[in-house]
Amino acid sequence: MDNKNDHSKTYFNPYFGGVMLGLILLATFYITGRGLGASGAAKSTVVAAVDRVAPKHAEESTYYSKFISDDLHPMNTWLVFEAIGVLAGAFLSGAIAGRLKIKTEHNPKITRRRRLVFALIGGILFGVGSQIARGCTSGAALSGAAVLSLGGFITMMAIFGSAYGFAYFFRKLWT
Amino acid sequence: MGPLIPLHIIPETWNHVIAVLLGMAFGFIMESSGFSSSRKIVGLFYGYDFTVLRVFFTATVVTAIGLYYFSYMGWIDMSFVYIHPTYLTAAIVGGLIMGLGFVSGGYCPGTSLIGAAIGRIDGIVFTTGLMIGIFLFSEAFPVLEGIYEGTGMFDGDFLGYITITEYFNISPHLFIFGFTVVAVAAFYFTNLIRKRVKPVNY
Repeated sequence: MDNKNDHSKTYFNPYFGGVMLGLILLATFYITGRGLGASGAAKSTVVAAVDRVAPKHAEESTYYSKFISDDLHPMNTWLVFEAIGVLAGAFLSGAIAGRLKIKTEHNPKITRRRRLVFALIGGILFGVGSQIARGCTSGAALSGAAVLSLGGFITMMAIFGSAYGFAYFFRKLWT
Repeated sequence: MGPLIPLHIIPETWNHVIAVLLGMAFGFIMESSGFSSSRKIVGLFYGYDFTVLRVFFTATVVTAIGLYYFSYMGWIDMSFVYIHPTYLTAAIVGGLIMGLGFVSGGYCPGTSLIGAAIGRIDGIVFTTGLMIGIFLFSEAFPVLEGIYEGTGMFDGDFLGYITITEYFNISPHLFIFGFTVVAVAAFYFTNLIRKRVKPVNY
């Protein structure tokens, strides 16, 4: 583990990373007039899948139908293209740093299975929450707070406040 | 004068190319900052690693200062910039549910995608869960429509596309200054906390 050529645990200085991320977000607002997002692409995927499997159901649903139009495929959204870029960019960074590896990262005190069950539950909760709040940590909290949106700040504080509040009950999972 | 695409300075046809490029930069920086590791992210909630707080707060401050500076210099027309809308109960309840998902799953939607990109199975499983959750919300939408749209018993929840400084009637410049001071103070004090907390090897 003490191999000097192993850079896989070396990350950007967090303030450097933060400034770079801030500049990218600023560029995004300057170019497109909107911020970055993550849950939006997942939503488009779900809408497209439901529209494919059960088109009648999708059209009749009040929620899916908001995102279905006659001339554009549901996947043809800015956030889907952005998410493809995110995957490519993260892959590139991981490749350079030597972090590409298929594995489940978990606390050695818990089983791999337990980690994955809680990851699934966490994802489901985030899916529901992000739709209620119209965005997740990227779209609502980060991009929202950066333009001083009231709702963005509220959601940011609610996410982190709730995570701290519930952290005690999940401590065995992580520490 | 920006924003460039809404004002047709860059043609609309470039929109998706730009989306991929900005996404790549976003993904690269997030992965390089350590956001592909759930155990590093969650350190924020247990006091052993505050990377997320440092990156997140720094980015927010840089973007906010940048946008208001651009606006002051006349480089961007803020009336074309999308302000995330405020639905009061939805913003709180959605956030509370996401926070619970955060400590349970160790990721948020963006970071799970980044973990998945470098082969983290927990990231792939989280992203799958994310889509299941969105599906469940969509199917339950008739029940959740009130809180989402701010109607029915949540009437009056929609406050508009409003900023926190408009709502409290304070100067945005003063607010950003205050927010920056709070961020720097948080960087300092979280460092003290980290030194006292039992380190976690990950």
